[in-house]
Amino acid sequence: MNSAARLVYMANQIATNLATDDDPVSAVANHIELFWDPRMKRLIQENDKAGLSVVAAEAIHRLAQAHDAA
Amino acid sequence: MTYQPQNDFGTPASRSDEMVSCTIDGRQVTVPAGSSVMRAAAEQGTAIPKLCATDNMKSFGSCRLCLVEIDGRKGTPASCTTPVEPGMVVHTQTPLLHKLRKGVMELYISDHPLDCLTCAANGDCELQDQAGAVGLRDVRYDVHATHLGREIDHSNPYFDFDPSKCIACSRCIRACDEVQGTLALTMEGRGWDSKISAGLASDNFLGSECVSCGACVQACPTATLIEKKVVEVGTPERSVVTTCAYCGVGCTFRAEMRGEQLVRMVPYKNGKANRGHSCVKGRFAWGYAQHQERILKPMIRASINQPWREVEWDEAFAYTASELKRISEKYGRHALGGITSSRCTNEETFLVQKLVRAGFGNNNVDTCARVCHSPTGYGLKTTFGTSAGTQDFDSVENSDVILIIGANPTDGHPVFASRMKRRLRGQDGRPSAKLIVIDPRRTDIVRSPHIEAQHHLPLRPGTNVAVLTAMAHVIVTEGLADETFIKERCDWDEYSHWAEFVSQARSSPENLQPVTLVDAEELRAAARLYATGGNGAIYYGLGVTEHSQGSSTVMAIANLAMATGNIGRRGVGVNPLRGQNNVQGACDMGSFPHELSGYRHISDSDTRRLFENDWGVSLDPEPGLRIPNMLDAAVDGVFKALYVQGEDILHSDPNTKHVSAGLAAMECVIVHDLFLNETAHYAHIFLPGSTFLEKNGTFTNAERRIQPVRKVMTPLNGLEDWEVTQRLAQAMGLDWNYSHPSEIMDEIARLTPTFAGVSFDRLDEEGSLQWPVTTDAPDGTPTMHVDGFVRGKGKFVVTDYVPTNEKTGPRFPLLLTTGRILSHYNVGAQTRRTENVAWHKEDLLEIHPVDAEDRGIKSGDWVKLASRAGETTLRATVTDRVAPGVVYTTFHHAVTQANVVTTDYSDWATNCPEYKVTAVQISASNGPTDWQEEYEALSERARRIDTVVPAE
Repeated sequence: MNSAARLVYMANQIATNLATDDDPVSAVANHIELFWDPRMKRLIQENDKAGLSVVAAEAIHRLAQAHDAA
Repeated sequence: MTYQPQNDFGTPASRSDEMVSCTIDGRQVTVPAGSSVMRAAAEQGTAIPKLCATDNMKSFGSCRLCLVEIDGRKGTPASCTTPVEPGMVVHTQTPLLHKLRKGVMELYISDHPLDCLTCAANGDCELQDQAGAVGLRDVRYDVHATHLGREIDHSNPYFDFDPSKCIACSRCIRACDEVQGTLALTMEGRGWDSKISAGLASDNFLGSECVSCGACVQACPTATLIEKKVVEVGTPERSVVTTCAYCGVGCTFRAEMRGEQLVRMVPYKNGKANRGHSCVKGRFAWGYAQHQERILKPMIRASINQPWREVEWDEAFAYTASELKRISEKYGRHALGGITSSRCTNEETFLVQKLVRAGFGNNNVDTCARVCHSPTGYGLKTTFGTSAGTQDFDSVENSDVILIIGANPTDGHPVFASRMKRRLRGQDGRPSAKLIVIDPRRTDIVRSPHIEAQHHLPLRPGTNVAVLTAMAHVIVTEGLADETFIKERCDWDEYSHWAEFVSQARSSPENLQPVTLVDAEELRAAARLYATGGNGAIYYGLGVTEHSQGSSTVMAIANLAMATGNIGRRGVGVNPLRGQNNVQGACDMGSFPHELSGYRHISDSDTRRLFENDWGVSLDPEPGLRIPNMLDAAVDGVFKALYVQGEDILHSDPNTKHVSAGLAAMECVIVHDLFLNETAHYAHIFLPGSTFLEKNGTFTNAERRIQPVRKVMTPLNGLEDWEVTQRLAQAMGLDWNYSHPSEIMDEIARLTPTFAGVSFDRLDEEGSLQWPVTTDAPDGTPTMHVDGFVRGKGKFVVTDYVPTNEKTGPRFPLLLTTGRILSHYNVGAQTRRTENVAWHKEDLLEIHPVDAEDRGIKSGDWVKLASRAGETTLRATVTDRVAPGVVYTTFHHAVTQANVVTTDYSDWATNCPEYKVTAVQISASNGPTDWQEEYEALSERARRIDTVVPAE
């Protein structure tokens, strides 16, 4: 698994495990914000998102928006 | 201090709150009711002669030396078996007693060799002392029959057994029974033929069930059982109290010395973690400290293909700093990182993370807890509000039900296991605690002498969350939850949401049985026992954390404890058994890339400002890379330099090939260690480390206990590890000027609220302190969450079972799980360089008879162990300890490289590797794999050191 694929895998895994949260998208975005380093966050935002689950993709989108707003 | 044996009060302390006064030799003494006369006398400073009594085991009353006279009583009762009574008047020294004792001692000595001057215990022998104490001057018997001249058993690598010197006091047998709980020893024969036997008559000590904990050696009042080192060196002349550097139990020892030579390590009776007990590693396996393979001079090389070149410290620091600066300038500051060690002290760990954050200018610091207990940090922080176990070890004495999940304490945490086993056998007249074990293997504690688990749930590896959810289902649906506790202490809405989730039919034990392979009725019974059996305590280990749902499992455990009200008092709680000595401390010290010391997130500006003002730098507010992320970034070509203190990631981390690729892609790997470990194959700079015997500092054990580590000898490499990190920081331009680790602890206390009251002076006064140590809790905190959770309300988290993606199939039909063995410690860097190899020379693959027969494999055969990640070979042992479909091995030997086989899968929340589930195939083999042969060649090449020939 190369780094890009691994990040997609990790994001999906986080989304699967936070699926029962009241607000899974926020929970996933928050988890990635708290535990991923800036380059990992940047890579997943820049790379192909085709492999991301719906929740993970939405969370990454939200992170990108927050990043742009900052 | 000059050498003094530890005080021995003869019989254990009574725990009664009621006090009783009596008079001994004309002096009044007040002691707890139930104390023996011998103990009461000892507490007032009167030493009644004794041989068979010692204060860490029950009184025995066999030696007849401790006789006393009591006013109003007939005869001369044994003081060890006579409890004090109010108003009792005792005489310990009378003409009658003198005569009786002398007579008893004369009989003992008539059958004991009179070689005191050349005996190894000369000067440290209770028999010798007592002969003096009773005034024995001659032996009148013309003895013809004796038990002298018997052969000495030298089989144990650490101690000798000389039966001729035995006085048949049974202290060794009772130590094995009561203190260690192995029950290996027995008295064989009668009269002159009496002999201590380790198991069958045909067994010697090494071949027997003896686990070499040394409790018998410590208990022996003569030279019958004696350390080989004492035989070789002589008796000690001073002692220093310090803390063991092996597992997370954190045993306190007296390092007993002659000059700077360590003679023996003796467990310290006042140690609050171990209460005077030890295991084979802590007591005996310290020979690595002087092992010939230790590297004592710094070494550098431009390329890993070159041999090492020894340099002086100044050159090493200048070169290291210049390399780090070069890489930072060329690739940016995020190309650098560091790994702190759970084997090093709090102070050393704190300095390494400080170097990374303040010196490298990023947060790329991680610790080996990443690959063991990082899910504990995440899970307990989320649910309870702090990343630590809730109890002290003494708490187990008040447990009624002990639930062990994913831990093998008799091998991994043996001294605590002995304390646990004491409670499981019944203690102080109370009925024994009940035991539930959730583990794929039938670990030793499931069935051992006088202990049998009420329930062993041999689950399929990877289904912890499903098993715990099914238990929660039983507790909630059968109305066993403690709703009063939950309403008072937890968020009720979150509980209701969780209770609704676990109550669904899909979470029932029956529905999950096909997944977990655990019998539903057995699981229901276990859940009922935990919920209703009184004080329920959960102990867990890496079988919980090292899974793709490690963090979920920790939270599921916390849910169970909260749902049953098993939090906030003695006897209950959630207790992670930490792997290495300072895992807790390394986590506390801010070793994780996302948080500063005391578990405060790096994005929190107030916390960051506190550190920035103290350190005079600005800190990066973004989290850094975790170890697996560092390796990925290295393979991507953007992470170029790594400072690794006291870790061997090439051996210990999963998917060895990926770790190799990451390390090989870096331009500067700095290994700071005792030995040229496996990671050093890829290193460009080697900084020699110091052992725990050579430095000052503190370790924090699994019960949050901060304990002093004291220097007993000069570092062979010249510098303590904290000095090495400081010199490196100075070379990089940082203005660090610590003159002693106590100053580093002062800084930690200044910057970390939970450590606010900790200092070396306080630790010297108290012996140890359990954090939080604050104004509100100046003496520390044995039990957490007593009146409320640290986070306020306890948080129930829904933990849905998600199967791992590591699947068995036709090519890889078996599941491999890995673990540790008693005699070795993690990657074995220390224990493989001791005589402990006598017990475990190589990693073995445990395989069930059915799986073995299918493949034509017998015990002792070489087999190939292959997974999707890689393959290795090792020898098989056929056993029904593992279930069909499951195989098991240890990872102590570099030549096996179990982690060539483990995969990249990891915990969803923390990236803790999924060591415990790997789909594998086993087949017959007749030799090492290509990888093993290539690796051996690499090892040989990478360890070459240029020898400088002096000019003529």
